[in-house]
Amino acid sequence: MSELRDREPHASALPGARVSHRDIRAIRGPLLTVGGVEGVGWDESVEVETPDGLRHGLVLDVDSDQATVQVFEGTEGLTSGAIDVRFDGRPLHIEVGTGWLGRVCNGRGAPLDGGPPITGDRLAPVAGWPLNPVEREPPHEPVLTGVSVIDALTTLVRGQKLPIFSVAGLPHLALATQIAAQATSAGSSFMVVFAAMGLPHADIAYVRDRLEARTASGELVLLLNAADDPAIERILTPRLALTVAEHLAFEQGADVLVIMSDMTSYAEAVREVSAARREIPARRGYPGYLYSDLAGLYERCGRVRGRDGSVTVVPVLTMPAGDITHPVPDLTGYITEGQVVLSPEIASRGVYPPVDTLSSLSRLMRLGAGKDHTRDDHLDVSAQVLAALAHARQSAALAELVGASALGETDRAYLTYRDTVEQRLLHQGQGETRTLDDTLDRAWAALGVLPRQELTMVSPEMIARRLPGEDAGVRDG
Amino acid sequence: MDDMTDATASGQARTVRVTGPLLEADGVPDVAMGEILHVGPDRISAEVVAVQGGRATLQAYEYTGGIRAGEHAAPSGRPLTGLFGPGLLGSAFDGLMRPLTSAPVWLSPDRPLHTAEGADARRWHFEPRVVTGDEVSEGDVLGVVPDSGAVEHRVMVPAGTHGRVEWIAEAGETGALDRVATVAGTDVHLSDHWPIRRPRPFRERLSDPVPLHTGQRVLDLFFPVARGAAAAVSGGFGTGKTMLLQQIAKWCDADVIVYVGCGERGNEMADVLDDFAQLADERTGGRLVDRTVVVANTSNMPMMARELSIYTGISIAEFYRDMGHDAVVIADSTSRWAEALREFANRRGDLPAEEGFPADLSSQLAAFYERAGRVTTLGGQDASVTVIGAVSPPGGDMSEPVTTITQRFVRAMWMLDRDLAYARHYPAVQWSGSFARDTAGLARWQTVRGDPEWSVRRATALEVLAEADRLASLAEVIGVNSLPSRERMVVLGGRLLREAVLAQNALHPHDATCSDEKGAALLDTVLEVIDACHAAIDRGATATAVERLDFGPVIRAAQAAGRDDSATIATIREQALDELGRLP
Ligand SMILES: Nc1ncnc2c1ncn2[C@@H]1O[C@H](COP(=O)(O)OP(=O)(O)OP(=O)(O)O)[C@@H](O)[C@H]1O
Ligand SMILES: [Mg+2]
Repeated sequence: MSELRDREPHASALPGARVSHRDIRAIRGPLLTVGGVEGVGWDESVEVETPDGLRHGLVLDVDSDQATVQVFEGTEGLTSGAIDVRFDGRPLHIEVGTGWLGRVCNGRGAPLDGGPPITGDRLAPVAGWPLNPVEREPPHEPVLTGVSVIDALTTLVRGQKLPIFSVAGLPHLALATQIAAQATSAGSSFMVVFAAMGLPHADIAYVRDRLEARTASGELVLLLNAADDPAIERILTPRLALTVAEHLAFEQGADVLVIMSDMTSYAEAVREVSAARREIPARRGYPGYLYSDLAGLYERCGRVRGRDGSVTVVPVLTMPAGDITHPVPDLTGYITEGQVVLSPEIASRGVYPPVDTLSSLSRLMRLGAGKDHTRDDHLDVSAQVLAALAHARQSAALAELVGASALGETDRAYLTYRDTVEQRLLHQGQGETRTLDDTLDRAWAALGVLPRQELTMVSPEMIARRLPGEDAGVRDG
Repeated sequence: MDDMTDATASGQARTVRVTGPLLEADGVPDVAMGEILHVGPDRISAEVVAVQGGRATLQAYEYTGGIRAGEHAAPSGRPLTGLFGPGLLGSAFDGLMRPLTSAPVWLSPDRPLHTAEGADARRWHFEPRVVTGDEVSEGDVLGVVPDSGAVEHRVMVPAGTHGRVEWIAEAGETGALDRVATVAGTDVHLSDHWPIRRPRPFRERLSDPVPLHTGQRVLDLFFPVARGAAAAVSGGFGTGKTMLLQQIAKWCDADVIVYVGCGERGNEMADVLDDFAQLADERTGGRLVDRTVVVANTSNMPMMARELSIYTGISIAEFYRDMGHDAVVIADSTSRWAEALREFANRRGDLPAEEGFPADLSSQLAAFYERAGRVTTLGGQDASVTVIGAVSPPGGDMSEPVTTITQRFVRAMWMLDRDLAYARHYPAVQWSGSFARDTAGLARWQTVRGDPEWSVRRATALEVLAEADRLASLAEVIGVNSLPSRERMVVLGGRLLREAVLAQNALHPHDATCSDEKGAALLDTVLEVIDACHAAIDRGATATAVERLDFGPVIRAAQAAGRDDSATIATIREQALDELGRLP
């Protein structure tokens, strides 16, 4: 069975496939229109030779003898008389293989680490092919991140896509990097592909630094598109990351975690191309196909029946003005299997990572946590922690209305509980890895400050076994 | 482009333009709208959507990467068809109705299987139900195919055919494409091609509503759907549309389920396939998957095939309807279908209406929902296709075009609420924004069936819920303790209705589905408890004293009582009323 299918150029490929074209008919935004072409295919990859070096692109439209090309490096400085355009004869392919491990590249996959260009076992198309839904294995084992709030309350599952929704200024990159540095699974090998899109250089330095150990042990691929790198190149970066990851996962049997940050920058690049093509926008200038475009990326996660390996995707995105109904978080939420939401309010209480537990959800958690997956009490204790946090939120709202001193005993206990959860369970060092046992024990410890009759979602037997200081019994509220 | 002019001259159609799924071909001989052309070396399917002069606009159903100007486009002479016959139940298909079960792991356009023809290798056991010489007319049963799923597979006399059975196959093995009968000169095959976009004929529509029992209390008690009606569930991401649709698919009292994953997640489809394969089916004693057909065109599969998947699903449902069965089509999500329409219209340069959607969106949605119906089949049987679609409004904004248009054409609309979902109140169906247009007719049906109280119960409960909501927003400002006692009882009543009746735990063995009787008993219990609360206040009890009572058993009654266990609910009711009665 052929694996990731590799489409060779048509047997009937015209001999002129690699001829240079100089008939530039228009340059607009990142788009270049080339005339006098023959036999150019849609989505074909393109090289643009310019006096100051090579640029790269893709064909967006073929109309008789004219092709419209999107140039990843942008069209700045291009003059129509001084460029040569060559068509590759097929959609963009890259070499895939273990040669990517331990390497640091730019957003187009060119080495930044001084090493040689990356070679691999074979070529694979960066667009990927859809996985036959019948051949998908439903995810059912956890990826442990060592971050308590995620492992305990929104467990990440191998083959899941779980985004981090954040707001500018919050430590989402620190969290994503911490996950990339610490995550493990029960599988034979665990690897990370980190795709940075539009990140400032300081952030990139931080990521490289924090992930040093993983690079050194050959478990990491870094694809870095910086804020001042060509914007349109960002459209390519996550596709490269996923193509590399699919190979490592489904042919090498590794569990691969793909982190993509920041998807808002990615979507802006898509919007820029769409605007240059004068397409009719759907919402806030974003094209109507943004949903399908994002799905084409996020859906590449998963597991394949009868094979080892998995691709787990964690996209990171900043919600413009904290608005969760903005098209980028909204469409992402419609594709992913839950979301981890960071909140400025919780950050203001000094909690890291500032996860808003009540609006966060891992939809696959019940498949990948609990008995046989993590620990038998996991699902119940997490449901109890969340239900109690929901109650605590009401108590806090009431306290604002009538003053904390006017609260009943139970409501006051809930306020204490919230502080305890935030300090003992949620709050954690950026370099601190916690075992799942430690995490769940902390959850129990926090529940311990509540009156015992409030713990309705965990069985008495579990309470007796897990609740600290519980000696066969009676506690007064 | 000299070779292209040549091609045109010789009458060969060639592509001149390629932009994503939109192709334009020149030199097209006489093609019909809706005809399929095979384009390029992989012969990908593309449908004619416009013709002008010798130029045709084509909608491609595969990834068009690598397709060039000048590519050969070969007319197939027929519209897009699916192969309808035994073997659909228990199988999964893509939007073009090609079997996924026999497709490779990675779905590239050059994959070997281009049509459903792969299904023709299978052999089936055919049992005739007529003998040579019988007089038959359209829709009559010629024979059946046992072992092709959990419902009886019937081979029918095709529409428009009447007369003498000239030949009928003997009981025994037959190939999927073999002839099984000849009626008045017309050959009838075990399987037949049918154009997916064309509705299948029936005799007449039936209009008296008969409920489709969904097993979800909030729907069956408050916003019921009739067999053959169209219903939609709308809500932002994560509000529980898919879970609700899957619950309906698992527990509703239809014979055949067609589950269409239209532009949604691959993992969800894998989950449906796995889950349904494991779920014991109470109606047949087999497994649910044996009366389910899955049509999966996930969000990363070709976009225009997504547009088609909806029609594939409804055609399959009509195929079973015509055999006399009740079928339900689940379409998750119709918004992704509408987006595919928009995408193509935009590429074609059509003038957009709202939010870029094409101006004919509403007529397309209307035409789709009109394919739902309870009918007398050509063979004279009472059968139905119920359509239940999900709507995914961008930003959860219920005023966006797909939601508002859908509202006009469906009989029931279930609005899901993000606040309810965040509070983990599932199913998060709003009681204020949702509607069901057939309640009056369905109430008559309940009366005839022996439950004349159905509509009274519903109205009383909705009233309590509405008043409780109004008071709750007041209480947020002044604190619940500042409300008068009677109002506090209304707030309490609202809470009991929400937690004991409306909320339903999909994962609890007793609560995943709920019979009409159990639902009525639960609702009666809560309404009686609410009355008793008011009575206690009238007797002079304090609101605080009532609120302090432990209503836990009432709230957990749905889970405590088994499916047909009215005794447990009765005991819980007696206890609660007893405790309330003892208050001063
Ligand atoms: N009836 C229910 N019982 C228990 N949990 C539920 C129920 N409905 C929804 N949920 C929870 O909410 C999550 C999201 O539900 P679901 O997948 O149905 O949302 P959706 O509306 O289809 O979202 P999207 O539009 O993104 O597909 C589920 O994974 C589950 O955790
Ligand atoms: Mg859904």
